[in-house]
Amino acid sequence: MSLGHFAYSTAHLIGATVLMMGFGLLYQRRMTAVINTYSFQAMALAAAAAWQAYVQNAPHLYATAAIALVFKGMLVPFALNWLVKQLGIHRTVETALGIGPTMIVGVGLVALSIVLVLPVTESATAMTRENLALAMSVVLLGLLMMITRRNAVTQVVGFMALENGLILAAVGAKGMPLVVEISIAFSVLVAMTLFGIFFFRIRERFDTLDLAYLETFRGERQ
Amino acid sequence: MTALLWGIIHTWLVVGFAPFITGLVRLVKARLQGRRGPALVQPYRDLWRLLQKESLMAESASWLAHLAPYLVFVAVWLAATIMPTFTTDMILTPAADLIALVALLGLARFFTALAGLDVGTPFGGLGASREMFIASLGEPAMLMVIFTLSLLAHTTSPANLVIFVLAGNVGLEVSVGLSLAAMLMVAIAENGRIPIDNPATHLELTMVHEAMVLEYSGRHLALMEAAAMTRLLLFMSIIVCVFFPWGIAAAEASLAEVALGLLAWVVKVSILAVVLAVFETLIAKMRVFRIADFLGGALLLALLATIFLYVSKAE
Repeated sequence: MSLGHFAYSTAHLIGATVLMMGFGLLYQRRMTAVINTYSFQAMALAAAAAWQAYVQNAPHLYATAAIALVFKGMLVPFALNWLVKQLGIHRTVETALGIGPTMIVGVGLVALSIVLVLPVTESATAMTRENLALAMSVVLLGLLMMITRRNAVTQVVGFMALENGLILAAVGAKGMPLVVEISIAFSVLVAMTLFGIFFFRIRERFDTLDLAYLETFRGERQ
Repeated sequence: MTALLWGIIHTWLVVGFAPFITGLVRLVKARLQGRRGPALVQPYRDLWRLLQKESLMAESASWLAHLAPYLVFVAVWLAATIMPTFTTDMILTPAADLIALVALLGLARFFTALAGLDVGTPFGGLGASREMFIASLGEPAMLMVIFTLSLLAHTTSPANLVIFVLAGNVGLEVSVGLSLAAMLMVAIAENGRIPIDNPATHLELTMVHEAMVLEYSGRHLALMEAAAMTRLLLFMSIIVCVFFPWGIAAAEASLAEVALGLLAWVVKVSILAVVLAVFETLIAKMRVFRIADFLGGALLLALLATIFLYVSKAE
């Protein structure tokens, strides 16, 4: 087995781990478990970035890996856990759509992203192609998470997972400038802070973080 | 000639070694929970004691209840002989493939459930209905895993599958990783381990397998217990032999290589038993209605494994 094949399958495997964590997010329904799974996903993403740095011989990707590990793997989950404790919702169990249907839709989305990516990128190398398919699946699963959850905090986790998918796509493509990645990472951190403030505002106004109540407020539901 | 010899040794080994593995899981669990735990040979003693005892049957029991333990034990035993554990050169291995293995396990499950229903006690019926509920999700998941592996290796025969993996044709494939995860989940469910079922309890609300064999005593119970132990060893063998086959002797191997294969198998299965005990200690039992999510997850993982197989093929 050549190194090329090994590099390829390892990258593939780490990418699949990130995807599995995306499914883990859909599967979990407790607040703390969701946040922990998100943390694992970010760490897997860091591993993916580090592996790509090694394979592509691109030192700046190590910086991406470090950012993913420190900010997304530790700082954001820590902040979210703190927020959830402060808001007193760390024991919340919530599901909008059942776990089973959500997972089925998730597999459908993975199949969809593969069907979409494969014909478009026929000229690309297999490594880039599969990485793109995986990354797109992670993005779609993040979106699905945002749709199927009713709680503001889990919706934010879905958003962060979506962003993980974007970074996964970025590290697979050759020649992604570091500036872009740093700016994405920091904008996510800023977004995180804003969301944090926003949570408190929502709760102050409605006494809950269940966004179903917003619908009544907007007059969509009586 | 050697194939016959290894076949006979293997046939007795899968039954003879199974109580040891069960004992090992129980001992490690007890130690982790701060108890001294029973000796490693305790399951052997239990089986021996049960075989000595008189077998009592409920008055309402039909011939089916009398026959079921024998059928269940034989079906599981046959299934266990199909899987090559220490050498691929066994006489019974080419006789059937992995799909037949699933069918035999299904047969055993079917008769266990029938026996549970036969006597007419509520617990038996409850256990049987839950067992079928678990099986209806677990069996497709296991078949899906087998289909994935078969597509990869172009064979459903376990021996050829092991040879294919040993030859280094399979790298770090995503499909294999996903299949392994799905297989582990199925194995936990099929053997009634925590978080699906607790094998150590007779608490009415949670039991599945124990509820079905509640009416049995004496040699019938011994057979049912032995079948459960053999099934645990079989699932562990499937996992270690398909996903980590290193050490298994090929056809026409020397005696030393076969001995090495045997040693490797014992070590691998023992490691897996310890891992299972640690896992069971760390995790809490699941609510019955969550089982559908758990096994549905296994099924979806297996499905994803197949999907990714085609992505990799499309190179």
